[in-house]
Parts: sequence; structure tokens; C-alpha cells
Amino acid sequence: MDVSFLLNGESIALTGVDPTCTLLEWLRADRNLTGTKEGCNEGDCGACTVMMIDTDRRVAINACILLLPQLQGKSIRTIEAISAPDGKLHPVQDAMITHHGSQCGFCTPGFIVSMAVAHANGDKDAETALSGNLCRCTGYAPILRAARAASDMPVPEWMSDPSLPETPAEPLIPETAQSLADLYFANPDATLVAGATDVGLWVTKGLQKINSPIFLHQVAELNNVTQTDAGLRIGAGVTMDQMLLLMTDRHPSYAEMLRRYGSVQVRASATLGGNIANGSPIGDNPPPLMALGATLHLRQGNRRRDLVLEDFFLDYGKQDRAPGEFIEAVTVPDQPDRLAVYKLSKRFDQDISAVCGAFNIVVDAGQVSKACIAFGGMAGIPKRATAVENVLIGRPWNEDTIAATWDAWESDFSPLSDMRASADYRLTTARNMLTRYFIADIGGAVDLKEVTA
Amino acid sequence: MTHAKPLPHDAARLHVTGAARYIDDIPTPRGTLHLAFGLSAIASGRILAIDLSMVRAAEGVVAVLQAEDLPSACDCSPSAHDEPLLSDGTLHYIGQPIFLVVARSHLAARKAAQLADIAYDKTSPILTIADALAANSRFEDGPRIWERGDPFPAISDARHQLDGSIDIGGQEHFYLEGQAALVFPQENADMVVHSSTQHPTEIQHKVAHALHLPMHAVRVETRRMGGGFGGKESQGNALAIACAVAAQATGQPCKMRYDRDDDFMITGKRHDFRISYQVGFDDQGQIAGLSFRQYARCGWAQDLSLPVCDRAMLHADNAYYLPTIRIESHRLRTNTQSATAFRGFGGPQGMVGIEAVMDQIAAYLGLDPLDVRRKNYYNAPSKKGRRRTPYGQIVRDFALHEMTDRLMDTSHYMERRNAIYQWNAKNPVLKRGLALTPVKFGISFTLTHLNQAGALVHVYQDGSISLNHGGTEMGQGLFQKVAQIAASRFGVGIDLVRITATDTSKVPNTSATAASSGSDLNGMAVAAACDTIRSRIAAHLAGKYGGTPRGVIFADGRVIAADANLSFAEAAQSAYEARVSLSSTGFYKTPKLKWDRLRGAGRPFFYYAYGAACSEVVIDTLTGEYRILRADLLHDAGASLNPALDIGQVEGGFVQGAGWLTMEELVWDNKGRLQTHAPATYKIPATGDTPPVFNVDLWDAPNPEATIYRSKAVGEPPFMLGISVWSALQQAVAATGTGQVHLNAPATPERVLAAVERVRDGN
Repeated sequence: MDVSFLLNGESIALTGVDPTCTLLEWLRADRNLTGTKEGCNEGDCGACTVMMIDTDRRVAINACILLLPQLQGKSIRTIEAISAPDGKLHPVQDAMITHHGSQCGFCTPGFIVSMAVAHANGDKDAETALSGNLCRCTGYAPILRAARAASDMPVPEWMSDPSLPETPAEPLIPETAQSLADLYFANPDATLVAGATDVGLWVTKGLQKINSPIFLHQVAELNNVTQTDAGLRIGAGVTMDQMLLLMTDRHPSYAEMLRRYGSVQVRASATLGGNIANGSPIGDNPPPLMALGATLHLRQGNRRRDLVLEDFFLDYGKQDRAPGEFIEAVTVPDQPDRLAVYKLSKRFDQDISAVCGAFNIVVDAGQVSKACIAFGGMAGIPKRATAVENVLIGRPWNEDTIAATWDAWESDFSPLSDMRASADYRLTTARNMLTRYFIADIGGAVDLKEVTA
Repeated sequence: MTHAKPLPHDAARLHVTGAARYIDDIPTPRGTLHLAFGLSAIASGRILAIDLSMVRAAEGVVAVLQAEDLPSACDCSPSAHDEPLLSDGTLHYIGQPIFLVVARSHLAARKAAQLADIAYDKTSPILTIADALAANSRFEDGPRIWERGDPFPAISDARHQLDGSIDIGGQEHFYLEGQAALVFPQENADMVVHSSTQHPTEIQHKVAHALHLPMHAVRVETRRMGGGFGGKESQGNALAIACAVAAQATGQPCKMRYDRDDDFMITGKRHDFRISYQVGFDDQGQIAGLSFRQYARCGWAQDLSLPVCDRAMLHADNAYYLPTIRIESHRLRTNTQSATAFRGFGGPQGMVGIEAVMDQIAAYLGLDPLDVRRKNYYNAPSKKGRRRTPYGQIVRDFALHEMTDRLMDTSHYMERRNAIYQWNAKNPVLKRGLALTPVKFGISFTLTHLNQAGALVHVYQDGSISLNHGGTEMGQGLFQKVAQIAASRFGVGIDLVRITATDTSKVPNTSATAASSGSDLNGMAVAAACDTIRSRIAAHLAGKYGGTPRGVIFADGRVIAADANLSFAEAAQSAYEARVSLSSTGFYKTPKLKWDRLRGAGRPFFYYAYGAACSEVVIDTLTGEYRILRADLLHDAGASLNPALDIGQVEGGFVQGAGWLTMEELVWDNKGRLQTHAPATYKIPATGDTPPVFNVDLWDAPNPEATIYRSKAVGEPPFMLGISVWSALQQAVAATGTGQVHLNAPATPERVLAAVERVRDGN
């Protein structure tokens, strides 16, 4: 494949690119740019963080699971270009020295890049901006102090973004939905690669070859978001950071869950379509989308069809998707916000859910008129709690009704035990999440985040 | 004076610009080869047949080595010679290296290593403490037992008795830079080894041994590690030996770094423990007799397990006087990764045992746990009695009474405790907990001969100073502290001092940078070397300008001898021209140590470091989720050599300790496969896990023992401040009902919820 992009301001035009070569490997081995580190090689530690500049945004991203074709048309800035060409330090670098933010120093370049991105974007929530960067030495306190200290300093002139490069056509990086549809229809065995936050691990950990990849990031229509009569239509290529913004006002609990989804770096890459299409039973978007009654828009060549989201998930590892068919968009119906999403994990931030429960329960005149409840982590697929819903609907909204659902949980779910949680714990907490929803609804204190010392 | 100043880490600028070099960043010549191990897929048994033809045929593969291809057994063990580099046919854990791939790239080596066809004869693995006890699978003949008095009559005669047990999980080091080594073969069959190690001399020794070379033929250099935490005390041996063997076989430079998953699967972690106890005490909770049984899962090889388990026994008292005590320590051999050194080195596990006792006594008597703790504290130096540890060492400077007073005051312990009590009464779902716990940690290697260090100092004729010592830099700021000491000795600014990479050809026979000893030992050795040179310069200047050598003053970058006032550079130049040697070694050995580990008696420690932490948490009783709301730490670093670096150790140690006891969970399946072998499944604390209110202070009192500038070691002790988080979680759980709190570690949300359910049910 041929790929063109900017690296620290320099035009790069690569030909004959191995589509599974990661940016990290290329930076370190081919360019001798060793400031960007490999900590985990799976997008969980942030030591490889680089800045990626696109037409409309500037993001921190993990180079270890970023495949070279994903750079097409982008600009990359690495740690080597965060300080000025004459060696003058960026304010976040100065602050990290002043506040003793580095000890062993191995994670530091990744932190610096994440901090520089947040600084350039005017993002002052340092805790969230840095939650995808792991440090084992400092306990983070001095790093957070440094980020806050630098946040009001002006952005240095050398950090201005260059204009993006012209990209010659590359057949495996389609730019329109039509060309994608045609290409995939003609090559139904191809592997679609969007953010590569999952596919990247097939490469770096599974050591797999990727079967004729098609890269989706340049397909403009997949990033469209439009308000329709049926609701908000969200393109499958919309990334999780954009999704978070879309949900902030509509369904704040969904947005808060997304704030804990992956990390800043992962949210900048991972797409809505990818999180649904890979069929994972622990993907965090399907439960809230199912609870909201979302519809999937699928396309195969020029044939389009719509599907209620829950019908897409047939069985573990099996989805209702024909060869050559892809997700174009998802529509979330407009509705008053009654959604609560509860993500349960060992670590609060950047952890895969043991259980993710989404509750959308409407109460009219003291009675439950509608109940849509969906879970991840409780079955081989994201799944509705139909039996529980049926107990709730039509009953008074009170503790007795909550108690009456007890047996229904076991008819809905028989979860597994694994390294994240036991089956018993999953079932118990799923039940208790309904209690939490109820107590929250009647004004009780149930949110840990609202408690301060 | 330059020491005691809060200067930044010496490499801070290199860190923040990405210019600091780690092993994998060192430029390598064309032709450098890359290594990967092929690993055992079974926990116990033998290799029946092995076919490596696909591995050999894989793209980029240059050589594939098995045990019989090696020049020797290539033992990797730091202790018992029980760790052959590659399996001799018997297999002891899932992840054990069986063969070694040498390839043209890291990726090619990793890919090829997956292609082996191995037939196994599996036997039933010994995985758990129960398995090991049933099979009597252990290191040493039987349990090690230390006693003072007979605790059992004391327990039964006491007003109250309790017994209990706690499981304490292990911990993965998760140094951000994985294990790595790079070897350049030299003329004359010599080897130059770059290793990410806390123990260059051990690497030198093991490589020389493996290749049948004298130690002088192997030079090991370590500029820095991207984190160590004990995980690079012995676990780097295999990579360095593998690279040296492959470099000898191919004549090419060889590099090996573990992919993160391999690092998890191959290398040792913190020992997990079960500690059971029986205790007798009075109405105030003062202990009359205590018996501990400590069971440690040591994994398949001995490694450092004996001294780790010794140190767990040595910290079974933590800060508490125990009139009669029996400690029984079982070092169990299991078919899992060989557990190894990890910050605290068994001390943390021993301490959690007695802190569990304290919490349980307090709950039983309905007392504030802090009152029970204080009731059992060792006596202050001003008071007679209650100062002798179970192993006979006298605690001479027990500072925790005053430190606890100060921390109670600054953290508003009493007011908050009452406020939390009232808050909990009003909140059915969320419950808060507060705990203040102490730390007393013994400083010195318990293997007495390790308590020595060397240094090499050169002063150049331009007045610049080059410094080398046996300690390694893993982020703790040792190099900067030692440079500050050198600058102080010569009365110059820090800019004149350059610390060079740790190098076995400059300072020989060094000990691991471990046991928190780095600045104590190496700081003293460097001071000795500096003083030798300074005396020579002083003697020369006194001879030249008059006055006595003792009267020559080195301060503020000047050297003043009688009426002469020279810059340091002029003084050095003058000495050089007078043919005075401006180079010296320095040596130090810790005094006063005398220790009999078999009897558990003597003085294993030069002194103790103290600390106290007050943590507040909130739990959700519906899911067991929790947050740390606030932590107040007070830590004793003696007269701090560098308060900024010391506070960094305290903050970082606390968060790492809290991680160990909360979210960091190692899970093995019933076949012995580690399930949590990457950061996707093994979670260390992230930014959101730092307490939002985090007050950290140093107890800045000089060490009564004559350490370097009266400072105290600070690497390990603050780790155990994290125990306060676990204890606070216990308090929050206790607020949910009347049953007995029993919260095993790590206290994941699942374990917290289980503990809540037991307390609610009243049993």
C-alpha cells in the first residue's frame, strides 16, 4: 500500500507499506525516533502516545496499535517535536521538571505528549486527559500538579499545526461510502479496519496477518451525524470521544460511562461501528444503545437494511451480518432522558467492564410504563433483561416491585466466571444495579463520585 | 550545602524530551540479532517430543537453541542453582522457557517462537497453598520457626482470645520498561552487557558462569532502568545470559526484550501469602501472646524466597511490642512463576498480618482501631521496657508516638472519624471508612555481607567531577542524591558533578540496589572517596600556601587555604600540576550488624524507618466499588538528602501499596495459567486512583545512627503506607452491619461486596 502523511512537519510518502506495520515499530526501527516507548504493545499504558492532527481535531493516540495506513492524510507529532527545534522546552516539559513528575522516565514521553495535546486543546481536566497513561513510580500526584501548573501557559508557536498533505488515491483506503460498499462487496473476505483498537491487538499480540484489510478512516460519510425524524443518526466511524460529546446533553449517564471507556487515546481511535460490529459481549456501547432502542443501518453493496440493534447479536461471536455487509450508521431515537449506565470494573478508569448495565425505565403516575434494560458481561452477547422488564412493566415503581424481579434475573442471565468477576458477583451486582437505579430515582445517594472527604 | 536541596532528578530533562536512553534505545550495529523464548504450555511434567523444524524454517530465524545446545546449564538463579536457562526436559510452570529463537528482528523471533510442536507428559501441578501443604512441597526441610517465650499459655490466660486468617495476593511489578538486555561480543571472547538490572554484578557473575569465563571477561553497564521495584533484582539474569550465549554462538550483538505478555508469563512477582493467627489480649486490646503461621507461595524455584520470607517474619510485629510470639513460616514450592523481590520484600505481607489482628481486636472490643494500635506500640525511647523486637533487636528511636500525634492533628482524625460515623448512619447505600496505620521498617540487607558498597571518583584538572558507584538508577533519584553528596563534600555546585552509568569494570563486587539501601551504602562510599581526594588537595594547598590541611575550606565553589582563595578548578589544576592523585575509590560497610537467621536472633537492621498514613475511603454496598477520598501521609526520611525526591518515593510508594491491596489481582486458572498477563486484565492504579486530597509530609528528624548526613532510606518503607487504604475499607465494611469484617486482599469490588454481605448477615 501507499501511504502519505506528515511526521514532525516532514512529508512522508511510503510505498509498498506492510499494512500491519505499526506506527511505533516504524518510528523506532525505521526512523530511529526512540523517544516514543513500547510499554505494553496493546494500547493500555500510553507510553507510545503521539499527537495526531486531522482536519478538525488534534488527538493523543497510541502508536503501538496504530497501523501505518491509518496515517493516510494525517499529521503526526512525536515527543521529539514537542520541544522547540532549538531545544527550548514546552511549558508542560518545564512543569514536569519543576514538579518532579518523572522518576524512572520511561512513561514520561507518553505523558508529555498527552499533556501537550490537552494543553493545545485547552482541556484542563488533567485527570481524564492522562487516564490512559500509566506510571508505576510517582503515584501521579506530581504529574497532575505539573499539568495543572502548565495549563494557563500559552501554546508555543512551534506547536502550530501544519497543513495536511495531499493524499494520492489508495484503493484500500476508500474515501466515500459508495467506494467502500463496492470494494467490500467485491471482496467480502476483507477485514474492515476502523480505529484498530481491537484489530491492532490481532497484529501485536495475536501475531496474525490481516486478511486484505480495508481502512475506513477516510470515508467521510461514516463520520456524519444528522438529526432525522427517527432520531439522531450517528455514522459508524464516529469515534468514542465524539460520541461522548453527542451524549453529554442527551444522556449524561451514557457520556459518563464513555468517559471511563478505554482512555483518551483509545476513545480518539475506537469507533461506534467497530464496538458493535466486533460482537464482543463486553463492548460498552451496545447495552445503552439497546436500552435506548437504537436501530442499526447496514449496507451491502447498494442494498440497505435496518435492524433493531439487539437482533444483530445472534450468539457468541456470531452477528446478523452478511458477507460484504457493513454498518453505516446507528440511529438513537429521541426521548426524554431516563437512561442510567453502570459500568463495573476493578479499576474505575480505563478498564474492561465485568458488568455493564443500562437501564431506561419510564414511570407514569407511579407505574412503570416502559422498561428497557440491557447488559454486557452477563451472557455471550450483549443482552436485554426481558424477563426482568416484563416483571416491572405495569407495576408500581417501588421497592416491592424491585424485589419481585428477583427470580427473573436468573431466567434472563446465567453469566460466566472469569478473571474479571465470578458468575455470582455478576448476577448479584446486576440485580443491585436495578436497586441503585431505583434509589437514585427517588433521590437517594448512590454515586461514589459525588462523595468528597 | 548541595545535599538536602530539593533538586530535580538528574535525568529529568532527558526524560521529558524522550532523550533518556533505555536498553532498547541504544543504537545497535547492522546485524544485531533479536531473541525470544519459546515457553512451556503446561505447569508440570516433561517434554515427550519436541519438533522445532517450523521454528527454524520461519522467516528471519538465524538459530534456535535448546538446553543441549548451550555451553552449560546456564543457571539463572540468584541463590540455589535451580534455574536452568532452558528446560532440561522437566517443566515447572506455564511460561518456563524451553527454547531460544535467534532472529533478525524482534517480531520475527516472537512469531517463530509460536511455531514449536511439543508433546508433553503432563503431571498434576501443585498450584495452591493447600496443594503444596498436602504434597509437602516446600523449600527448606520444614517451616522456619522463631519464638520468644511461649505465646500459647499467654493467649489462653489472656482476658480475650481471637483467631483468624487473611489471604494476601501477589503483585506484578509492572515496571513500564520490560526486562531487556543487549550484549556486544568483544575480542578475546569477552562480553559487554547492557542490562536493565538492579544488580549488575549478579548479571556479570551469571554471564561469566554460563560461558565459563572469569568475571573480568564480562563487563556490565546499566545507565538506568525504566522501573525496577525489585523485579529487576534477579529476573534480568535469563535475558542477559541468553544474549551472551547467542552472541557467543553467532558472533553478533544480541538483544532481548520481553513482550509485555511474556514478561508477565515468565517473570516472578510478589509472593502471595496466607497468614493465620491466634491472639490473646486484655480489655484495652493490649496483646499478651500471638502466634502467626505464614504460608508463602514461592513458585517453582527458590530465587530470593528465603530472605523474602525471613523479612515477612521480621515484620510480623510491625510497630507493636509482642511480649510472647511464635512465627511459623512455610516456604511453599508451587508450579507457578518463581516469586521474587518486590518493594518491601516480604515486609508488607508480614505487616498486613498484624494489622489484620489489630483491626479484628478493635472490632471485637468495640474500640477505635487506632487506640488499639497505640496501646500496642513499642515504647518511646524515653520509657523503659517494651522495646525489644521478637528477634531481640532493641527499637531505640521509636518515633511513632509523636508521628501519630502529629498526623492525627494534621489529618483531623478524631473530628473526621466522628463525622463519618454520623454520615454513615444517614446513608444506607454508601459507607465511608477512615484508618490510620503505622509503619516500622528495618533497614539493611538481612544477608549481612551484602551491606557493603564501593565508589570511584575522579576529579579532572578543569575541576569537573566524574562519579561512579555500585548503585543503579531505576527512577528513585539515587544518582542525584549521590551527586549532591559529592557536591557537598567538595563544596561545589551540582553542575560540576557527572554521574556515569553503573559499570562493573569501575566498581566491582557490588550488591543489588535493593533493600532501600542505595543511598545509605553508595552515598557513604562516595563520601569516602571524595574525602580522600579532598584531603589530598587540602594537604597540597596547605603545603603550598601555609596553614593546616584541616584548615582548608571547600565551600561555594571556592577552596580557601590560608590567604589563597581559589576556584575549585584552580585547586584541582594546582594539585594536578603538583602530581597529586585526583582519583580515589571509596568503600563502606554498615556497622553494628549481627544476625543469626536460623535462630531469628540478633541485630539484622542498622536502624528503622517509620511512617504513618491516614486514609479515607467510600464504598458502594450494592456493588463493592469504592474510591479513595483522601490520604494524609507522614514519613520519616531522617534528615532528607533531597526532600523532593523523598516525597516522590512516599507518594509513589503509597499508591503502589494501595494498588497491591485493592485493584491489582493476579488470577491463575486451575491449570496454572496466569489469566491476568497484560494491562488489559491486570490493573495498576491510574490517574483517577490518586487520592483527590493527598497531603504528604516528611518527618524531618536526623537519624540517630551515623548514616550519610543522618538521612534514612526511603525506597521501600512508604509502600506499606498503602495498608491504611485496606484498613479504611475494612472500617467502611464494618459500618454496614454487626458481623465480623474479613476482607482478603486484594480488596477488589467483588471481595468488598462479599465482605459487606457477610457483615450484613451478622456472621
